[in-house]
Amino acid sequence: MTKITPEIVREHGLSDAEYDRILSLMGREPSMVELGIFSVMWSEHCSYKSTRVHLKKLPTKAPWVIQGPGENAGVIDIGDGDAAIFKMESHNHPSFIEPYQGAATGVGGIMRDVFTMGARPIAMMNALRFGEVDHPKTRHLVSGVVSGIGGYGNCMGVPTVGGEVNFHKSYNGNILVNAMCVGLARTDKIFKSAAEGAGNPVVYIGSKTGRDGIHGATMASAEFDDASEEKRPTVQVGDPFTEKLLLEACLELMATDAIIAIQDMGAAGLTSSSAEMGDKGGSGIELDLDKVPQREVNMTAYEMMLSESQERMLAVLKPGREKQAEAIFKKWELDFAVIGITTNTKRLVVKHKGKVEADMPITALSDAAPIYERPYTERKPLVGEPSYEKNKNVLASLKTILASPDMASRRWVWEQYDHSVMADTVQVPGGDAAVVRVHGTPKALAITTDVTPRYCQADPLEGGKQAVAEAWRNLTAVGARPLAVTDNLNYGNPQKPEIMWQIVAGIDGIGAACRALDFPVIGGNCSLYNETNGEGIFPTPAIGGVGLMADVTKMASVAFKREGDVVIVIGETKGHLGQSIYLREIEGKEEGAAPLVDLGVEKKNGDFVRGLIEAGRVDTVHDVSDGGLLVAIAEMAMPRGIGANVGLAGLPDAIPFWFGEDQARYVIAAPFAQAEKIVAEARAATIPVAELGKTGGGAITLDDGSSVAVTALKQGFESWFPGYMSGEEIPVTN
Amino acid sequence: MKSAVIVFPGSNRDRDTADALELVSGKRPAMVWHADTTLPAVDLVVVPGGFSYGDYLRCGAMASQSAIMKEVRAHAGKGGLVLGICNGFQVLTESHMLPGALMRNAGLKFVSRPVTLTVEETQLSFTRRYEKGQHVSFPAAHGEGNYYADEETLDRLEGEGRVVFRYAPGDNPNGSARDIAGVMSEKHNVMGLMPHPECVVDPLLGPPDGLAMFQGLVEALS
Repeated sequence: MTKITPEIVREHGLSDAEYDRILSLMGREPSMVELGIFSVMWSEHCSYKSTRVHLKKLPTKAPWVIQGPGENAGVIDIGDGDAAIFKMESHNHPSFIEPYQGAATGVGGIMRDVFTMGARPIAMMNALRFGEVDHPKTRHLVSGVVSGIGGYGNCMGVPTVGGEVNFHKSYNGNILVNAMCVGLARTDKIFKSAAEGAGNPVVYIGSKTGRDGIHGATMASAEFDDASEEKRPTVQVGDPFTEKLLLEACLELMATDAIIAIQDMGAAGLTSSSAEMGDKGGSGIELDLDKVPQREVNMTAYEMMLSESQERMLAVLKPGREKQAEAIFKKWELDFAVIGITTNTKRLVVKHKGKVEADMPITALSDAAPIYERPYTERKPLVGEPSYEKNKNVLASLKTILASPDMASRRWVWEQYDHSVMADTVQVPGGDAAVVRVHGTPKALAITTDVTPRYCQADPLEGGKQAVAEAWRNLTAVGARPLAVTDNLNYGNPQKPEIMWQIVAGIDGIGAACRALDFPVIGGNCSLYNETNGEGIFPTPAIGGVGLMADVTKMASVAFKREGDVVIVIGETKGHLGQSIYLREIEGKEEGAAPLVDLGVEKKNGDFVRGLIEAGRVDTVHDVSDGGLLVAIAEMAMPRGIGANVGLAGLPDAIPFWFGEDQARYVIAAPFAQAEKIVAEARAATIPVAELGKTGGGAITLDDGSSVAVTALKQGFESWFPGYMSGEEIPVTN
Repeated sequence: MKSAVIVFPGSNRDRDTADALELVSGKRPAMVWHADTTLPAVDLVVVPGGFSYGDYLRCGAMASQSAIMKEVRAHAGKGGLVLGICNGFQVLTESHMLPGALMRNAGLKFVSRPVTLTVEETQLSFTRRYEKGQHVSFPAAHGEGNYYADEETLDRLEGEGRVVFRYAPGDNPNGSARDIAGVMSEKHNVMGLMPHPECVVDPLLGPPDGLAMFQGLVEALS
């Protein structure tokens, strides 16, 4: 047996203290296989050891929550016996090393998390963050990640309906690829991962096991340096065709009652799936690795237990149902093998070639895993109102902003994603939230992903609140009732007290907003150590929100639809320019306080707007976020080329009014008679409201008589991304 | 109208196609597994979109060798109607039931967006409810839709009125020769097209331009 040296322990990403803990839990020196199992199960990625104590503070319950955090994905009740199942997960490190496969397998992994619960995936979203546009790697990474997402999702036949793409230098050495999957199931056909009972067959289904991805979870739990590219062999290779077969085969098996428990093999493959199923079921699991379908010859137990080969599942069946299950998997031309049995020992036993390679208590991998209350240093949020030049031309600035990397149209991206397959995508990418009909019903789900990292960098607490509030607002803006979120917390190295503070404050902010908005967290993922050569990313807690619309025909969208509609802003405009897009793109400054989020006001304004949509009184709504009011109006004008004349009498200063990023605001457009009533009702409810003007013509015209053609705005808005990706222009960014 | 939809491993618009057929005809089509060796008695066979066999080897190449395709060929040989959409069109060219080939998009990227098509031929069961020269919008969603055939074949297709759909001027998403989006067989009973009429049959999702294709088929076959 290999002697475990301190070097071997370190190579496994374990600290000396952690190794001592292993020795005491085992009562002996572990075998290499056991050490490998500990290393992945105790990795940050699998154990949440730095965040667990803080994640506990998040609200996770509501009457409509069927399954909160702790399973493969969260589940909510959407009425009529239907359930929505969803989760968001990161694949940051692999995507930086090998963008196509990293992103593709990220998509595949999150889809498995959803269909392993019994759901058919119906929509994908993704939140992507890249380095600055003139960084030499950015184009290559954008191109690879987008084609990887498309390559996998398109083949699966699940529409990719939206997401976010942003650029900032803090991601130069560490991009973020967060993928979200939403699925549908019946509330009485939800599958979980608890392998209850002894003597039940443990079956392996899907692709064969190879040597790919060994130690991926450990890689995802360490900082990057210049040598990280050498880790390319730890990036898995995806096969969406096999996953499509696996999806159909699993759903077919799930239609029977043969399954006791099922779990996908994601990070840490066979190890985490077997340990987690045994742990949740309070049982033991004995595996015979000789039975594992293998793609390569002479694989060792260590390699098989740590392989992250894709498109695999582990299930526990009712005894005697093996033949029935095997027939289904054979039909779909997938591997199927009984590789073990559940026991009552609460131990994970791994046998290979007649030898016991691992024999360890399962609780050592779960309950006894280390949990850290890492020290943090509170840092005061940035404050102050930055200066700006007062006589800059408003419409020229608007044009610049709309053609800037973070604000330009993402059409180049989403036209590579099949968003029409399944014929239920009611609102395509480009709006506030995507809307996907619940097949065969008048109901629809609204889906969005949001976070504003520059706010989180300036003020991690308010930034956490804002991410949730914006997701809630985007769902509201299409007319949906926001129901629950999944969070994907992307941060730097938690062992640095200032980063740990960002994490703690971010989670506090998310928790506060989710409580105030009745918008519980039902699952998620933490991605830490997003650092390269000691430089951390901006804190990026991406929030994936899902809402329900009872009658999809009432849905609102951003496009101006008629000439002569009154343009109204709901919510107070104070003109907050700190950390705004205007300040960054026009003044070249990333300064000032992040906008404050008043959650009570957020709820009041949003409920008012949603009421108008649900009553069928308003069909044109846009939330005001990045870029402020005038950018929102331009985004409403561009889809159909209908302009607007807008202004407000007695404005002291135009720039903060038009470009400030105050929260809790919506722009709506409604015919005159309706608009009059809406304004009166808002006033009666003490909701700040202002009439800005009317839609019409082909230009955005301000009350000082200045004007810009919508086509001119659209030209810049639509051409930046394709121009950049074709290498025709490298825009100068601040 | 009785219809069947072929399901290959990797088909993914099979449900959309079945839903469109059911919406218009009132009858759920038979879903026929690729390994089956008999076709039920039907008037129309649809080979749906997707990524049959993961698009490995060449799009549609492996599906064209499936057991069921022998039956589909026999059905067409007897004059039965066959419609191939997207990957289904690729399967039909690979099966030599339609001329030409579908190559990688000229832009080398997957294209997913609505495209405007001109209906060129309206004498068919597939297009009888459209007007000649009418513009319709169907979503395209493919990486390999670049229609290619040699000049002689293209001339013949045009001469014989076998180009059924063209991309409207300036809206060719993939570099297809002569803007061809859909063609038919010599006997006019087999048609293939790249964009997806089956995904635009519900006004909720935009103008239901695909409806007329399925309505025409029902009219012709009942």
